[in-house]
Amino acid sequence: MANPSAVCNGHLHHHHHQKQNNLLKSGISKKNGIIKGTKKNGVSNGTLYKKPFIEHFEQAPMYVAVFTFVGFAVGTIFGYLRDFMRAWGLEKRNIAAEREQQKDFVPLYQDFENFYTRNLYLRIRDNWNRPICSVPGPQFDLMERVTDDYNWTFRFTGRTIKNVINMGSYNYLGFAETDVNALKTVTIELEKYGTGVCSTRQEMGTLDKHVELENLVAKFLGVEDAMVFGMGFATNSMNIPALVGKGCLILSDELNHTSLVLGARLSGATIRIFKHNNMQSLEKLLRDAIIYGQPRTHRKWRKIIILVEGIYSMEGSIVRLPEIVSLKNKYKAYLYLDEAHSIGAVGATGRGVVEYFGMSPNDVDVLMGTFTKSFGAAGGYIAGKKDLVDFLRTHSHSAVYATSMCPPVAEQIIRAMRCLMGLDGTTQGLQRVRQLEKNTRYFRRKLHEMGFIIYGNDDSPVVPLLLYMPGKIGAFARRMLEKNIGVVVVGFPATPITESRARFCVSAAHTREMLDTVLNALDELGDFLHLKYSRYSKSSHPELYEESRLED
Amino acid sequence: MAAVAAGVGQQWVLVEMVQAFYEAPAYHLILEGILILWIIRLLFSKTYKLQERSDLTLKEKEELIEEWQPEPLVPPVPKDHPALNYNIVSGPPTHIITVNGKECINFASFNFLGLLNNEKVKSAAQASLKKYGVGTCGPRGFYGTFDVHLELEERLAKFMRTEEAIIYSYGFATIASAIPAYSKRGDIVFVDEAACFAIQKGLQASRSNIKLFKHNDMADLERLLKEQESEDQKNPRKARVTRRFIVVEGLYMNTGDICPLPELIKLKYKYKVRIFLEESLSFGVLGAHGRGITEHFGINIDDIDLISANMENSLASIGGFCCGRSFIIDHQRLSGQGYCFSASLPPLLAAAAIEALNIMEDNPVIRTMTIKCQSISGLKVVGESFSPALHLQLEESWGSRENDVKLLKRVVDYCMNSGIALTQARYLEKEEKCLPPPSIRVVITVEQTEQELDRAASLLKEAAQSVLN
Repeated sequence: MANPSAVCNGHLHHHHHQKQNNLLKSGISKKNGIIKGTKKNGVSNGTLYKKPFIEHFEQAPMYVAVFTFVGFAVGTIFGYLRDFMRAWGLEKRNIAAEREQQKDFVPLYQDFENFYTRNLYLRIRDNWNRPICSVPGPQFDLMERVTDDYNWTFRFTGRTIKNVINMGSYNYLGFAETDVNALKTVTIELEKYGTGVCSTRQEMGTLDKHVELENLVAKFLGVEDAMVFGMGFATNSMNIPALVGKGCLILSDELNHTSLVLGARLSGATIRIFKHNNMQSLEKLLRDAIIYGQPRTHRKWRKIIILVEGIYSMEGSIVRLPEIVSLKNKYKAYLYLDEAHSIGAVGATGRGVVEYFGMSPNDVDVLMGTFTKSFGAAGGYIAGKKDLVDFLRTHSHSAVYATSMCPPVAEQIIRAMRCLMGLDGTTQGLQRVRQLEKNTRYFRRKLHEMGFIIYGNDDSPVVPLLLYMPGKIGAFARRMLEKNIGVVVVGFPATPITESRARFCVSAAHTREMLDTVLNALDELGDFLHLKYSRYSKSSHPELYEESRLED
Repeated sequence: MAAVAAGVGQQWVLVEMVQAFYEAPAYHLILEGILILWIIRLLFSKTYKLQERSDLTLKEKEELIEEWQPEPLVPPVPKDHPALNYNIVSGPPTHIITVNGKECINFASFNFLGLLNNEKVKSAAQASLKKYGVGTCGPRGFYGTFDVHLELEERLAKFMRTEEAIIYSYGFATIASAIPAYSKRGDIVFVDEAACFAIQKGLQASRSNIKLFKHNDMADLERLLKEQESEDQKNPRKARVTRRFIVVEGLYMNTGDICPLPELIKLKYKYKVRIFLEESLSFGVLGAHGRGITEHFGINIDDIDLISANMENSLASIGGFCCGRSFIIDHQRLSGQGYCFSASLPPLLAAAAIEALNIMEDNPVIRTMTIKCQSISGLKVVGESFSPALHLQLEESWGSRENDVKLLKRVVDYCMNSGIALTQARYLEKEEKCLPPPSIRVVITVEQTEQELDRAASLLKEAAQSVLN
């Protein structure tokens, strides 16, 4: 059978395939970087994948894990020491305290719950919640913030740090802009409608703008109908309970977003987790579910729904959609695809993972996405067959109890979508998609060459760069800010404890110069902080790589 | 030599062992014997296997997979379901609203202070649009915090006279994220029966023990608190770590009543329970300056642990906020799910809210208008007279809920055709804990004049006459 790995096997020796066999065999290391053979069992994916599906999840050398644990241990010991000193009055207590009148109430927070926050997070807290005072485009202005008491409180000096390169905002297509021409229609609609809606969709809150937007979204995605909601998080947490209930089974990916997890919990259905992007694990769960039925009573499940995301924002991996769709068809399950990060960002014309894999939108039962990332607005949508959307119009929690989307935001989505579809008469939309693709490939390739460990698919604009050690998290973010680059770092609990990372979001609005500035800074910093953990040396034929890529 | 000595030593130990064997008491030997026999039995018996795993053959499994048929993803929805024939509003939902092509006076949108169409608010939003664009492209933790958000939080905290405030980008998500941040599995929450759906979802997400008390019935609440107290005495260790909360609304959305806050404060200190107050309807409406129910009753705001409100009613923006002491509010910055894992509020909406707050502060609105619906036969008014959102329910039910809904729809249609826009209060019938009876929602805003209110009242009378008789 045609093997996608054969395409890249020839040139580069440091391309890795995520081996599904090994994931089940070697339960310890779930991410294996070496090519061991090219057998892929389950479905024959040679015919399913139309272009090479290359993902990297290289494991760091053992000493890194050891040092990471040592780092956390040292932090914990000092944390206990500090708590002890604070309890005995040897150190000033900066924490807000309970009221005098309520001192005999049951304490609101248990001391241990906050241990991590107080002693580890607090030390590097200045790297998060950084306030900005300009549009979150490819460059932005940060408000300068200093702390006089080691991050307990912050004070604004009143100065702004100008033109910091923005590698943290979800601005994939660059629609976060203040260009007067671009925002012309939004300005007009804001003048006409104001900012509020003051009612729910089912009462008096359905405006003609919503109808226009829903029709446009349906056309964009190529489905029968769509419905829009005011908040992306709430789209998941309020619609999954409407679709499934008790007696249903939810199969959810390990690394799903909190909104999906919350929606699944609120629905009351049984939840089973399968290993991240692992089709064997999913198939096993499906088979067991259908054969053995519900636990204890062995009644048949009412329905089975699979929850996956298009691009996983912490890993940068893309879902294996062709395999999931074939599994779903074989076992008669339903598929709910959350394209929060992938709509607009992947695909030849920006229509998401469905287009990226060359599949039809009818293959996915429920297409969900948000407008926050690629469209520079706010809100979410669910699209699919007309029955589905009609059902949601009547039974979604959001339609009945939550205010609808506000008209200027709806207009921003409309103009961005029209631009993307080419309906405004220009090719700007397609240009943005192409630019994002080029930027992504360039950035990822360069980072690989430098020797950093990068996770995720080669085509995903979300680029996690592994830092591992807790001490480096703070150091990395602060030094990058000194070089006038704003990055996002994430640690425990959003990621596993040993895998702290810096996450870059490439945007179509980044120019080659900006990316080069960032890459040079990363190169320097990587050497200074010893971040270049990758054991696979630089490619000896970089030009060859670029050529083969451009043929796509 | 050493080997011989070792050998002798070994023999000597062996002799000792045999001696001990003879000297041991009988029961000891019998016990040892039984244990040895048991071990031998366990070693040789078959291991316990789960029956099911070995029972099905591969062929049977394949058959089961073939046979299984799931339910359709969504059940079919009847074409005449009221929610599918919704009202479409063209243009802004202001005082004069164009519904389904017809111009009406708006008695259905929660635009209490009439700030939806305010020119100053719009120009503040325009200025913000020019500076920041539309979206924030990130959650608060990752460069999604704008200076307008910080300013709005400060202004809200100052306005409500609390230490700190935190804003959310969606009104529903505000209380639904705030409750699970504090109340976890094993904690106890006493909540009013008529609490709105967002509170119910917050409670469901928190996995705490929920105890419902009858609407506005303080005696019932006290009874529950006393029961809890006696439970505590049985298990004081557990009681020391179980947090307790009371969740109430200032003005209830479902019934239009006000909650008896002074009595609640007394109960709070007597039984050591914290109070979470949801003020979506009462923010901007009650109190001399619009600070809500605490100002209305003259209660020290620090007595309430958390006040949550949404900005979608009086402030005519989108989003919500929580305010209270820093000790409480700061916790949500890391554990409020709707705050940490969701994009922040678009800056133009935050700027609009700031401007609306300015206007509220400069011109405190005195609400004296009320609709004189008292004498409509067949319909009764539910709600306080100063509540901006009232319900009109049928005096007696006409059989089933479906019939009632259909009747009320005819009343609403009659009014809409004559130029008054009304709507029925919508609920998810299967999901609500205590489903309120079907009703028409009437919203009184400051923009309505005396004549319009009279006209609405007389029209409702006519509609009731023609439909219900």
